[in-house]
Amino acid sequence: MLPTENGSTYSPPIPLSSLQRVSHLRLLEAESIHILREVASEFERPVMLYSIGKDSSVMLRLAQKAFFPGPIPFPLLHIDTGFKFQEMLAFRDAMARAVGAELLVWRNEPAIAAGTNPIVLDTKRCCGLLKTQALLDALKHYGFDAAFGGARRDEEKSRAKERIFSFRDGAGQWDPKNQRPELWNLYNSRVHPGESIRVFPLSNWTEMDVWQYIHEEEIPIVDLYFAKPRPMYVRGEALLPVEQAFVARLGEKPQMVRSRLRSLGCSPCTGAIRSDADTLPKIIGELLSFRSSERANRVIDHDQEGSMEIKKREGYF
Amino acid sequence: MACALTQPDLHDVGTDFSIDAFLEREREKDLLRFSTAGSVDDGKSTLIGRLLYDTQSVYDDQVLSIRGKGTAGPQLDFALLTDGLRAEREQGITIDVAYRYFSTPRRKFIIADTPGHEQYTRNMATGASTADAAIVLVDARKGVLPQSRRHAYIATLLGVRHIIVAVNKMDLVDYDAETFASIRSEFESFARYAAAESGHTPELHFIPVSALLGVNVVRVSDETPWYDGPALLELLESLPTTVGSEIAPFRLPIQHVIRPHQGFRGFAGQIASGTIRVGDPVTVLPSGRTSRVERIVTYDGDLDVAHAPLSVTLTLEDELDISRGDLLTLAGEETRVARRFAASLVWMDGRSLDASRRYLLKHTSQTVPAEVRLRHRVDLEQSIREPGRVLEMNTIGVAEIETRRPIALEQYRENRTLGAFVLIDAETNATAGAGMVREVLTDDASAVDARPVTALERATRWGHAGVVLRLKAPSSVANAFERALLKAGVFVVRPPDDDPTTPGVLAAAGALVLVAEEGGHSISLRIGSSRAESLIHGETTKAVASLLRLLRESNVLHHQERTR
Ligand SMILES: Nc1nc2c(ncn2[C@@H]2O[C@H](COP(=O)(O)OP(=O)(O)O)[C@@H](O)[C@H]2O)c(=O)[nH]1
Ligand SMILES: [Mg+2]
Repeated sequence: MLPTENGSTYSPPIPLSSLQRVSHLRLLEAESIHILREVASEFERPVMLYSIGKDSSVMLRLAQKAFFPGPIPFPLLHIDTGFKFQEMLAFRDAMARAVGAELLVWRNEPAIAAGTNPIVLDTKRCCGLLKTQALLDALKHYGFDAAFGGARRDEEKSRAKERIFSFRDGAGQWDPKNQRPELWNLYNSRVHPGESIRVFPLSNWTEMDVWQYIHEEEIPIVDLYFAKPRPMYVRGEALLPVEQAFVARLGEKPQMVRSRLRSLGCSPCTGAIRSDADTLPKIIGELLSFRSSERANRVIDHDQEGSMEIKKREGYF
Repeated sequence: MACALTQPDLHDVGTDFSIDAFLEREREKDLLRFSTAGSVDDGKSTLIGRLLYDTQSVYDDQVLSIRGKGTAGPQLDFALLTDGLRAEREQGITIDVAYRYFSTPRRKFIIADTPGHEQYTRNMATGASTADAAIVLVDARKGVLPQSRRHAYIATLLGVRHIIVAVNKMDLVDYDAETFASIRSEFESFARYAAAESGHTPELHFIPVSALLGVNVVRVSDETPWYDGPALLELLESLPTTVGSEIAPFRLPIQHVIRPHQGFRGFAGQIASGTIRVGDPVTVLPSGRTSRVERIVTYDGDLDVAHAPLSVTLTLEDELDISRGDLLTLAGEETRVARRFAASLVWMDGRSLDASRRYLLKHTSQTVPAEVRLRHRVDLEQSIREPGRVLEMNTIGVAEIETRRPIALEQYRENRTLGAFVLIDAETNATAGAGMVREVLTDDASAVDARPVTALERATRWGHAGVVLRLKAPSSVANAFERALLKAGVFVVRPPDDDPTTPGVLAAAGALVLVAEEGGHSISLRIGSSRAESLIHGETTKAVASLLRLLRESNVLHHQERTR
């Protein structure tokens, strides 16, 4: 530290070399914290969508940092489809307690009671009911005017088009052809009653950035990301986690496979990968060798060209 | 990767790969943001796709999903990697910015691939506003097009430090050195005008490329032996980033006040520029109160020193009334505090700028009502300023802004954060304009301004340039016409005698000179030196309306005069 003596306003010059290069992670962190604080200040009733995955874990840590030493000034909302891994739900509750945040859980109970699943329906309609509809209902029920999501632009082509403050009309829909211009870090948070903004503080983070940050910051994540022997239905290249009984085909027997999940979703639609990566450095090393994107393991985006865009237009995150 | 690549793997995960060494190198990497610009079909998206592909930044499933599609014939259509909306793929155009990410062993990059169509200019501005560098694509066969000029101008206005002119499709002009040289000199002359008009001087770089074939994109190619500069990627890896502003004066716009309990009041924000240390004396603007920094608080522990662009929380030694929107500076290094300033504007809304409308001006972390009066428009085609009070979507001008409350601000060229603002239409909530402060004006409206009044100011004030109108009509029509002009706020004069020299002199001085001649029953109007005489029919009211319409259609009157 360089104390300033007797009220002098003079700051001795700092050698440039020590400051000049701000690492990309510090830069991304500073930008995300700026976004979180803007939303907390400008909206009446913001909420943070908490999906329990690695991106949500980073977003939650950034929220802790943004308002430290105060508490996170908005609740967390988990949209529970009923198909989340048991480990995820336990982790969610523990995490919310640990950070001292209010946790809201919303389920589309009528649809769940009606037996909605991706096999009786197609994945598109299943997502529509259990995720999109549930989300829109929850936002409306609580009257949230801004909702944070952990989506990143590098995840998928239509996400690459998303603003950081993404305007949604009264029905929660996205109009990708008519987005508000968004210059510098000056975000337009003005909405009419009923309209809302989806906010993506991790827009500029890549999958690699997220893992490196989790590693550097020692952020807790669900154990499913780490490789260990797990029971799986093996179908050619694909590994399907044994969680929901309806996933099994007639007479199909699970096998123990050393595997892990690259991204977390609903168990019937999230494939695992064979892996020996049981530490963060190994996960990062493995990521460098990947030849396909993280969403390639998800069933949902493959239904048709542009399916993510269609879901997003309808109100999905 | 599934497709044969001519380039070696940039992220070689070989046997002697060490994850610790990799992470160590990653920690050292900085971040450069760049955007694309240029006219439709000049190859922006193709270039970005090519950069991503050649740096192994696309996954196999993404390559597979575009194989055999698009408009590039047997080649992969790289534009499909960034054109992520269905409408874009269907129409083969880019509508909105796509952000893409890649890294090399040297640094990380964020790319904003922007659309070329004039109607989507605002999306181009969105992409360029945060860029350290802009790549302006020019099709070698077509040369510098109006959109190349518009985009280069906007990038210049937005203070982008480096403009890289990539002369593309060199494969279609046989890699001709002459073509490259002539585009270069044409662009340089426009850049000189842009720098003079905007007050910003970016550094220019020129590279001949073929985005489709990858010539001079990642590596310098044999196809252009006459070119001795770097390949595009080499250049991007070596440009300085804008981070480095920590030696500038300290500026911290307060975003949020953190008060977990009585004993703690923290002022949170992202440092816009400069460096701050514990014990430094600080001034709060606009109030002007002073105190000292007590602590620099972060989740990871207190800091002794912090610098841009970190997000921090400060506590002060004294209890001051500080709220969101205030600015913290070092004592002795304060910014100006003002309500009036002149600014460049890029208009982005379908509803044109209208001085009678109320706008909300968002500047750093505050939003204040503001009045906006246009000084002039900038016509990039002709490289001139033109009078007017309206800015339509995608046009550029200079305006005088007056805010309801005083704000602490700086010229955009000195500080990109403290000089930038957006205008929000208070009625529709649309983000209507992007502004860059050129000059802080004195708040005292009665202050003496000793500069001579220019013809442009006059034309802006009256809504028209000087011109002689020769009207042949019954005197009732002439009188009604003159009265209508007067009512519309026009500086109209009607010399009493038919003195041959007076009308010209008055018109040169900026007046609209009406020379009327009794015309019996016929009505005709000749505007200025034009030969054409328009014949008008109808009774007095209709005739006057037709005359006014004629003046507007021939651009004598700027159409906003109607509502004055
Ligand atoms: N021959 C040739 N064609 C190119 C080159 N770059 C782009 N193109 C083609 O030009 C068209 C427009 O390219 P695109 O990237 O969509 O242009 P944008 O509108 O600027 O994004 C496509 O058909 C490309 O395949 C080039 O270097 N050489
Ligand atoms: Mg394009």
